[in-house]
Amino acid sequence: MQDQSAETGQSSAAVRASSEADEARSYSAWSQIWYYFLHERMLTAGVLMLVALLALWLIGGQLVDPKGAEPISGPQAAPPQAKYWLGTDFNGRQILPLMIHGAPLTLRIGLYAGIVGLGVGIILGFIAGYMRGTVDAIVRIISDVFITIPSLAVLVVVASTIKEGAGLSVNAMGLIVASLAWMWPTRVIRAQVLSMRESNYVEVARLNGMGDLEIIFRELMPNLLPFLAASFVGAMASGILAAVGLEALGLGPQHEPTLGMTIYWSIYYGALLSNWWWWYVPPTILVAWIFVTLYLIASGLDKWANPRLRQSL
Amino acid sequence: MSITYIGARVGMFILVVWLATTVIFFLPRIASDRNPVRERMIMMAATGNLSTGMEKVVAAYERDYGLDQPLYLQYIRYLSSVLRGDLNVSLIRHPTTVMDLIQERMPWTLGLVGFSILVAFALGSLSGATLAWPGAPTWLKGVLPIFLTLSPIPYFMLAFFLIFIFAVRHEWQPEWWPMLPIAGASKVGTIYDGWDLARVWDVVRHSILPASSIILSQVGFWALGMRGMMITTAGEDYVTLAQMRGLRPDRIFGQYGMRNALLPQLTSLALAMSLIVSGVILVEYIFRYPGMGSLLFDAIAGFDYFVIYGVVLVLIIFVATATLVLDLVYPLIDPRVRRAA
Repeated sequence: MQDQSAETGQSSAAVRASSEADEARSYSAWSQIWYYFLHERMLTAGVLMLVALLALWLIGGQLVDPKGAEPISGPQAAPPQAKYWLGTDFNGRQILPLMIHGAPLTLRIGLYAGIVGLGVGIILGFIAGYMRGTVDAIVRIISDVFITIPSLAVLVVVASTIKEGAGLSVNAMGLIVASLAWMWPTRVIRAQVLSMRESNYVEVARLNGMGDLEIIFRELMPNLLPFLAASFVGAMASGILAAVGLEALGLGPQHEPTLGMTIYWSIYYGALLSNWWWWYVPPTILVAWIFVTLYLIASGLDKWANPRLRQSL
Repeated sequence: MSITYIGARVGMFILVVWLATTVIFFLPRIASDRNPVRERMIMMAATGNLSTGMEKVVAAYERDYGLDQPLYLQYIRYLSSVLRGDLNVSLIRHPTTVMDLIQERMPWTLGLVGFSILVAFALGSLSGATLAWPGAPTWLKGVLPIFLTLSPIPYFMLAFFLIFIFAVRHEWQPEWWPMLPIAGASKVGTIYDGWDLARVWDVVRHSILPASSIILSQVGFWALGMRGMMITTAGEDYVTLAQMRGLRPDRIFGQYGMRNALLPQLTSLALAMSLIVSGVILVEYIFRYPGMGSLLFDAIAGFDYFVIYGVVLVLIIFVATATLVLDLVYPLIDPRVRRAA
């Protein structure tokens, strides 16, 4: 079994080398750097961006007084200046502490979605891929159905009916968006398990007398790791996408300054028409930053998992 | 295309719509016990629009909408009214029906979604195909990574950047810098009584930024998919044969390359429909574009229960229909799938 994996490793390395040579030949120096940066170095770039984000939270949280994120800690709607680096909003919250406080909340919602999405995806994907037959058909149809349903629409109905009263907490928000983050992980994991199930090394393991569970955990799981990691990041991104969308519509946690809620309040108080750009531009940049980070990491992991992708990308 | 294939697709369509309507009926009722009618009446009482006998009014409304019946009866009533295309009336703009409100807004959404997808799909597929073919222009190779970077960013986030650059005055902008409108689909206060050139221009100007924020994000996605497919296609034997036969390069590119590589893109489009529509809703709301997105937001803000339901339901049916149409059209244009299907 080891011999075999060494062999495939070698041949995929050869494929990669030749495809890299092809790429190198067909692109100019400037775009080559871009391509290296975006393709071979996608994962690196994504991880670096993630580190920067965490640094903003950890270091920024130490340097900037969190009290600044509270209302009337500064003047009303003041543009960026020496005292208030990123200005203040209509209610006198300072934008910089607001961002440092808000970004981790948004990431936390994504983390919930990632965990739940991947967890459900693993369970359903393995059951479907391993048992096949009717069970597989049911899981496949259900995940296809939920992919077709615009999740934002369903989440709007749910979030709008429980919005009033106590108000949503960040954790509840995370769980709501997590409930619809499992379809793609399920799809990907199911497809992988289906194909791996037929591979020679699983056949060998079965002939050696390994049980189903042993095969799943000792043979399939390790080979699936990059796919699982990519699915996790993908579920995180879809969770954050749904959460930021709901929050921008005003359906998020009312008392917590998540990035989406900051955007909602900026629209609510007419920041667009009043030209208070320092209010909506920072959260927008941070959200865009988060999505590009997750995209780079997921694509990098995908390519790690599937060397053939390196050719087609 | 066999009957089984059509049957399976139509069955899937019915399943999607039924499951979605069921989920949005039961989920909120499990998650909370809010009474929309009562809340609406309390709101009206608070603003002095309703002085006495609130309980009576609430009871009358509940009887009218069947809200006093057991849950399963409500569910059956709800399903049958959906089938009849009856989505109740707006609680705020009583007695306008939800269907009337949607009919008024739907064309704007359809226009925005259709136009943006068409442009992004065409631009992305064409540039992706060109990039995979020998002799692609260098500038295109430089532009693609920029669009790839934009592709994971939600449309409505790009909308903010576009507003910042093209709709707000800054010192760094030169005199000639274009300033585009950001609110609504036509100039505030102008009343048009037909579709003359001035109105068309007005609508186009108002649609540039909303459409661009959708297109900018999508181009990279379509280009990436097309590039991958085109590389595979370019290596096919029939392409080599066509070259040896001495066919014109543009004919090989179009008829032999593009035509074959384009088809999987349609599958991606079908799978991406739900995400695209969710994204467009938010873009409309940011720009106060008079489509379904703004209608939904106003309904959420005023807790206009039936309008929220109606809009969500119509969006779900819209996405399911688009997916069904793509699924059914696909075998018609791809003979390979036709045989398999």
